[in-house]
Amino acid sequence: MLEISDLRVSVGGKDILKGINLTVNAGEVHAIMGPNGSGKSTLSHVIAGREGYEVTGGSVLYGGKDLMEMEPEERAREGVFLAFQYPVEIPGVNNVYFLKAAVNAVRKHQGLDELDAIDFMKLVKEKAKAVKMDESLLKRAVNEGFSGGEKKRNEIFQMAVLEPKLAVLDETDSGLDIDALRIVAEGVNSLRNEHRSIMLVTHYQRLLNYIEPDYVHVLADGRIVKSGDRRLAEELEERGYGWVLKREVAA
Amino acid sequence: MSGQSTSVAQTPAMSASVVDHYLSEHAAVGPTLPALGVAWIDGLRREGRDAFAKLGFPTPRDEAWKYTRVAPIEKRAFRLQGELCIGFDEDDIAPFLLPTLACHRLVFVNGRYAPPLSKPGKLSPGARLMSMDRALREHADLLESHLGRHADPSANGFTALNAAFMADGACLILGARTRLEKPVHLVFLSIPQEEPVVAHPRNLVVAGEGSQAQVIESYASLGTGTYWTNVVTELVVGENATLDHYRIQEEHTRAFHVATLQAHQARDSRLRSHSVSFGAQLARNDINAQLDAEGSECVLNGLFMADGRQHVDFHTTVEHARPHGSSQEYFKGILDGRSRGVFNGRVHVHPGAQKTDAMQSNRNLLLSKDAEVDTKPELEIYADDVKCSHGATVGQLDPDMLFYLRARGIDGATARGLLTYGFAQDVIDRMPIPQVRERLSHTLLTRVPDAEHVKGMV
Ligand SMILES: Nc1ncnc2c1ncn2[C@@H]1O[C@H](COP(=O)(O)OP(=O)(O)OP(=O)(O)O)[C@@H](O)[C@H]1O
Ligand SMILES: [Mg+2]
Repeated sequence: MLEISDLRVSVGGKDILKGINLTVNAGEVHAIMGPNGSGKSTLSHVIAGREGYEVTGGSVLYGGKDLMEMEPEERAREGVFLAFQYPVEIPGVNNVYFLKAAVNAVRKHQGLDELDAIDFMKLVKEKAKAVKMDESLLKRAVNEGFSGGEKKRNEIFQMAVLEPKLAVLDETDSGLDIDALRIVAEGVNSLRNEHRSIMLVTHYQRLLNYIEPDYVHVLADGRIVKSGDRRLAEELEERGYGWVLKREVAA
Repeated sequence: MSGQSTSVAQTPAMSASVVDHYLSEHAAVGPTLPALGVAWIDGLRREGRDAFAKLGFPTPRDEAWKYTRVAPIEKRAFRLQGELCIGFDEDDIAPFLLPTLACHRLVFVNGRYAPPLSKPGKLSPGARLMSMDRALREHADLLESHLGRHADPSANGFTALNAAFMADGACLILGARTRLEKPVHLVFLSIPQEEPVVAHPRNLVVAGEGSQAQVIESYASLGTGTYWTNVVTELVVGENATLDHYRIQEEHTRAFHVATLQAHQARDSRLRSHSVSFGAQLARNDINAQLDAEGSECVLNGLFMADGRQHVDFHTTVEHARPHGSSQEYFKGILDGRSRGVFNGRVHVHPGAQKTDAMQSNRNLLLSKDAEVDTKPELEIYADDVKCSHGATVGQLDPDMLFYLRARGIDGATARGLLTYGFAQDVIDRMPIPQVRERLSHTLLTRVPDAEHVKGMV
């Protein structure tokens, strides 16, 4: 599904990612952990196609295609989804209209008929219910005036509607209350199947109690310094990052 | 004014002759104007004529006209429209109406009232709605204490000309506690002629104590060609009265549009003004509110959109003359192509106008690298216990917003259109009449980038 080889990325001349190697197969859930500023969001953004990053080396293949050659909208239509760490408020653009455009852009790309208003609303209502998203939020402008938790839930709601093949969740669990956390987890788990891949960027073991990852990676200073299974997350929770980073230096 | 401007613009040589042109037109039509011989009306027209003879057209040396050159108006000798034979009916003007809005409608063609196209309907007792022509002829007494008392004929050459040629327009007078259920829609249509013509509509709204009304002024063109609209509207908002006023300017891009809106507010009155400027090659809007008594509230909202070589200028002035007044200005501009926008927001808090609450915001979106906007707040505050804020921004579409939309599969061009739509829609959403909002959103959708796709999305 996703094959990242020796990816090097800099911003304004500063090296942020310093040779990432990561393979995510269909059906797998990978958790990415790591200290603040280690490059987790940068990696997520680069996968989604945000401008302003300079890829100085390496490659990212998605379904065998060079992801870096694709516009952000093409990636989305091909099934890449980024749940933003900081979702943007877009005044004047209605949530439902926005989502309808997104859904139909993806459908059109896949050669499917666009959904009409009725079918679309049916889909929206069903998914809103599934992620317990307050329907009154749908009528508002995208994220405008949403609370932190509501914004995160809106990301999960969009993911549920768009049903991506590769979902990258950048700290979607941060700032959520316990109930919301459970809903996010349910949203992710219901999406989980042998055709889809999920990358979870998180600081907390807590989320991984609900979503069991197949792999856990530690990203530090632009490199993946340790990989393991879910027990690695538990160990990190107990002992912090110190021991991983130290061993890295020693190695 | 400082003496810093070294490049003093030359007064065009034709200036004197162009002034003469309008003066001789005035001499010719003067004797045919309505209410001739009514001393105060004659006086008002004479004041306008004399002011124009003295002032001529504004030049870039006038601080208020620094960024807006009116030479394109000045260099054409616009003629007053003679008698019109109107050969069209309701169907022809349908695109300019608000079909689902139940309203009192007056239609004007090239500045003259067109009864066959109008439907004033039945008004509440205590309300009078008629053409200015008729009001001048039959009800001069009702006008005397208001007409020309607020909009100064000597303010500039344009208001001067308007006063000098004052003949027609709309007149709405509401007695105390009269509430109009339905809005009044004033539709000003212009049919360009072979030679460039000018109309000087003059409107007056007097809202008596505790009264309430909604008034919409629309300006549009029937056909293409160069002409000039030079309108002055006076709004007199009485004690505890509420007036919602809309100006929707969608004239052809070869037209010139110069407009003054002059409001006078009494104690505890509320004025909400919404101005939209989409059309004309040159559109200049002066919006002046005089908050002349305690507790008056004034909201000035505005949206301007220009493309190609259009030039649009809003000059607002809020005079906080008394304590406990509030004003909120919210203007947005969208400039594309090689267009130029100007916003100048003057807020003047007079000595003693304590507890004034004045907010002003002007945000501008530049869609092309050749578009320009000059925005300037002008705050003069002579009272100490006041709350005044202002903010002006000029920028491009937000890259984070663009990325968010694209990351959901929306095409880059469509995302730009959608964000532009959202930027403007925010002003439209502040307008209370749904049919007006609908109509404007519709127009907006024809003007944003990638309109074809954006249309299908909202
Ligand atoms: N546009 C930018 N300009 C300069 N530096 C940047 C820019 N974007 C990111 N960085 C730097 O890159 C580094 C990695 O940032 P990134 O946001 O990827 O970290 P993160 O691992 O997601 O951190 P957190 O856990 O706090 O979210 C940081 O040092 C950050 O300051
Ligand atoms: Mg981050």
